[in-house]
Amino acid sequence: MPTTGKVKGIISNLVIVDANGPVAQNEICMISIGNTKLMAEVIKLQGNQAFMQVFESTRGLRIGAEAEFTGSMLEVTLGPGILSRNYDGLQNDLDKFEGIFLKKGEHNFPLDENAVWEYKPIAETGDSVIAGSWLGEVTENWIPHKIMVPFKFSGNYHVKWIAGSGDYSINDVIAILNDENGREHQVTMVQKWPVKIPVKAYKNKTRPFRIMETGIRVIDTLNPITEGGTGFIPGPFGCGKTVLQHALSRQAEADMVVIAACGERANEVVEIFTEFPELIDVRTGRKLMERTTIIANTSNMPVAAREASVYTAMTIAEYYRSMGLKILLLADSTSRWAQALREMSNRMEELPGPDAFPMDLPAIISNYYSRAGYVELNNGETGSITFIGTVSPAGGNLKEPVTESTKKVARCFYALSQQRSDSKRYPAIDPIESYSKYLEYEEVKDYVSEHISSEWIDNVIKVKDVLLRGREGQEQINILGDDGVPIDYHIRFWKSEVIDFIILQQDGFDAIDCITPLERQKYMLTAVLEIIDAEMKFNTFEEVAAWFKKLINSLKQMNYSSFKSKEFYKYKKDVDEMLNEIAKS
Amino acid sequence: MQNIAFQKIYTRLTRITKATCSVKASGVGYEELAVVHGRLAQVVKIIGDEVTLQIFSGTEGLPNNAELMFLGKPPVLKVDEDLAGRFLNAYGEPIDGGPALIGREREIGGPSVNPVRRKQPSQLIATGIAGIDLNNTLVTGQKIPFFADPDQPFNQVMATVALRAQADKIILGGMGLSNDDYLYYKNVFENAGALERIIAFINTTENPPVERLLVPDMALAAAEYFAVEKKEKVLVLLTDMTLYADALSIVSNRMDQIPSKDNMPGSLYSDLAKIYEKAVQFPDGGSITIIAVTTLSGGDITHAIPDNTGYITEGQLFLRRDAEIGKVIVDPFRSLSRLKQLVIGKQTREDHSQVMNGAIRLYADAANAKTKHENGFDLSDYDNRTLRFAKDYSKRLLAIDINIDITTMLDTCWQLFARYFSPEEIGIKEYLVKKYWPKSREN
Ligand SMILES: Nc1ncnc2c1ncn2[C@@H]1O[C@H](COP(=O)(O)OP(=O)(O)O)[C@@H](O)[C@H]1O
Ligand SMILES: [Mg+2]
Repeated sequence: MPTTGKVKGIISNLVIVDANGPVAQNEICMISIGNTKLMAEVIKLQGNQAFMQVFESTRGLRIGAEAEFTGSMLEVTLGPGILSRNYDGLQNDLDKFEGIFLKKGEHNFPLDENAVWEYKPIAETGDSVIAGSWLGEVTENWIPHKIMVPFKFSGNYHVKWIAGSGDYSINDVIAILNDENGREHQVTMVQKWPVKIPVKAYKNKTRPFRIMETGIRVIDTLNPITEGGTGFIPGPFGCGKTVLQHALSRQAEADMVVIAACGERANEVVEIFTEFPELIDVRTGRKLMERTTIIANTSNMPVAAREASVYTAMTIAEYYRSMGLKILLLADSTSRWAQALREMSNRMEELPGPDAFPMDLPAIISNYYSRAGYVELNNGETGSITFIGTVSPAGGNLKEPVTESTKKVARCFYALSQQRSDSKRYPAIDPIESYSKYLEYEEVKDYVSEHISSEWIDNVIKVKDVLLRGREGQEQINILGDDGVPIDYHIRFWKSEVIDFIILQQDGFDAIDCITPLERQKYMLTAVLEIIDAEMKFNTFEEVAAWFKKLINSLKQMNYSSFKSKEFYKYKKDVDEMLNEIAKS
Repeated sequence: MQNIAFQKIYTRLTRITKATCSVKASGVGYEELAVVHGRLAQVVKIIGDEVTLQIFSGTEGLPNNAELMFLGKPPVLKVDEDLAGRFLNAYGEPIDGGPALIGREREIGGPSVNPVRRKQPSQLIATGIAGIDLNNTLVTGQKIPFFADPDQPFNQVMATVALRAQADKIILGGMGLSNDDYLYYKNVFENAGALERIIAFINTTENPPVERLLVPDMALAAAEYFAVEKKEKVLVLLTDMTLYADALSIVSNRMDQIPSKDNMPGSLYSDLAKIYEKAVQFPDGGSITIIAVTTLSGGDITHAIPDNTGYITEGQLFLRRDAEIGKVIVDPFRSLSRLKQLVIGKQTREDHSQVMNGAIRLYADAANAKTKHENGFDLSDYDNRTLRFAKDYSKRLLAIDINIDITTMLDTCWQLFARYFSPEEIGIKEYLVKKYWPKSREN
């Protein structure tokens, strides 16, 4: 008999229930309110009292309300048809809800039970299989969606029967497996998995080595992220976290993009809903929405479901990774999730950690990031989840628990600077504070010398050095005045400005400049390095500024022109002429 | 359908704090209203049979044998067409001497709009103020506050924007409004002949602070009625949200919650987001735009109230006094409209974005030159030109008393560029320079 209970306390979305039987931590419970039921998750157990976070508004809930424990944790439903959908944090399909407003107690099935999929088998009768083994395949949008042995199946199985090619819907049995004791198990195209438990249906996790191209110069050229890598973007409000994440979601070279809009603005998800069905993925020629799944739990949606949303997104990403795909997972903003944890912890009157966040916040963040990664599947194929989260530090101060905990686990740090954003130097990634630890990986270095060029990493280090020296030059000029320093300082400063304007800054709203393929980045880096390496002579500091401004203007026009077009070369010629002249004088 | 239990009268309060009281009761719904000693209260916590209520008008003089009766429902506002033109208090009761409200009861602080039922905002709001239209263009369905020190003329600017915005309804939510400012708004709207488009929910400094907590929800319930059911363009003005947040902290501190930064409740972000996210554009034309005021103390935007607000709203507008021209301007550096890219260059001329950024960059160069000068360094010719540019730019475009259309704003920028600079110094796309650079210099 399932455990039931009665509501005994209500403080906002924290509800305390007296349970009449066994209850598990994280178990889902349905609480009756009027004719509907609110969904809640057990977050603490004390005697027979279950403390629960309710995923919906508790307005009108009464003491004594019936609670029914479901016996399972929060689970997502996995199967073909997840791509292109707009889910809430609990994987309800938002498009299936009727009416303008979200009504409480409403839930729906996240997939389409009637859709027919053209299926073909991969496994054969007699094959020995384990959780995650590929049994068959359907084509979802354009992605080969593998039908796998459910992740919950433990131990070894044999394929007793497998369906032949044909049209099936998700609930049709497509295989029968025998376990070690000879018992039969039917497999359909759907399975469920608890979101808080990592999917481990792979052989091993290896160190990432391959650069994931994003088209964003300051990332790819200076601080590249890898397939299966992790990164985070902290920054004060208005500095460009969301614009940067949206650019990544549009441009990154991934098979699938999962976006968790966690506790931020609804209009920002609406932008994706509106634009992605129209925008074309330049690499495949398909609509962006075809490779995208959105988990939208915006700031006005129930707070507890914010936490669920990031786990729902991660689990969906893990499911697709097990098919041998490259997944990009984005969460904006992980701070809102941490705040949701803080709200609950405060309501439960737990001993608070720094800034009143729960004590175990660092562990929670670290466990989450560790679910990303590059994996080798049991069949030798590979798949990856690259995870990039944003962090919204209170007051823009990076010395706060979420930033600090994240910095310990994420390998790329893209710090957005208020100063750069104020002066509209977008994307406002601070070139000196930010880093990618992957540049230190031998595997990555090998990959880069083979696929980009053998000097690439040295050049990147050089560029960073010029930027640093430019900043020092500028500081000296500010302290001593324009004519209080040697002209050389001005040249040094302006050379760093060339890098800033031409490589770092990128117009996210310009159709051409917004995305720079690696090949073009390589070309521009070479062009800029020529300038950096050039010997120059000027008579006055004013000449330096005037000359460089003109040069930067031509280089910028190059960035705005189609790569290797006539006008692109025209501007390149202007640049070359300027360089020749200055070398002669 | 009132249950017998709700009509039961309780007469023993078990606990009284500055903003809350507790009573032993059963069958009570969470967030339900009650009347205690003639004062309105709302259930904020129930543990077993102990119910804690926040009393909106405070607990001064409340006896522990006061009569308490539960009303069996959460706070509501009566809505119908006749709401237009009314001035109400925080409870939605008339303060204009008019008749009591009639109409259907609408739950306040109700559910959120399903994000897939929203439309992407795309309609520009022209205010005539270049500091807004040129640099920080507003869009219907947007939510944006003025971040202002208490002595700045934000109420005037807000009233001007409201009247020029061509909204079907203007809903004013006044929280801790001084009586003078309340009368100011009333006069301005009256003089503009706009009273029949106005609905006001007013909590003045003379009213108890906790009452303010109802004002945004009341204002937005009215807004939702007109935007959803009448498909109207509704503009909601909320002033001052800092005083709203202060009231939140009073209640949460009285409930012994662990305060977060700046003594604010840990849920401040969610509390503010619930309000601001009511801003919406519907596909059928109805919309809610929110313009708010968040007063700062000493210009500090890292304080929890402006900080959380900035993370929620779609930008912020800063006012600043420009001593050089002796006028208040919209600060182009710290102000931001996050929705501007949805309309600039689309509903405005193609050169909008480049001209806007070019001018702001020059204005930034001028600010650097000024610092240089103040530090006793010589200025270059370029520095001097940027300073002259900045002064003109401030006077002819940034000042809040400007009222011109956007094309004129863009033309003015080009004139100023040409007067002080060469095209390379601006760094604008070449085809735009060719097209818009003034042929003859205006002097
Ligand atoms: N790469 C960019 N190019 C142009 N403008 C940008 C860029 N990044 C940010 N912005 C501007 O800054 C605003 C805020 O950016 P957003 O990403 O929403 O900030 P955050 O998420 O950090 O609060 C945007 O609406 C846009 O006006
Ligand atoms: Mg953002």
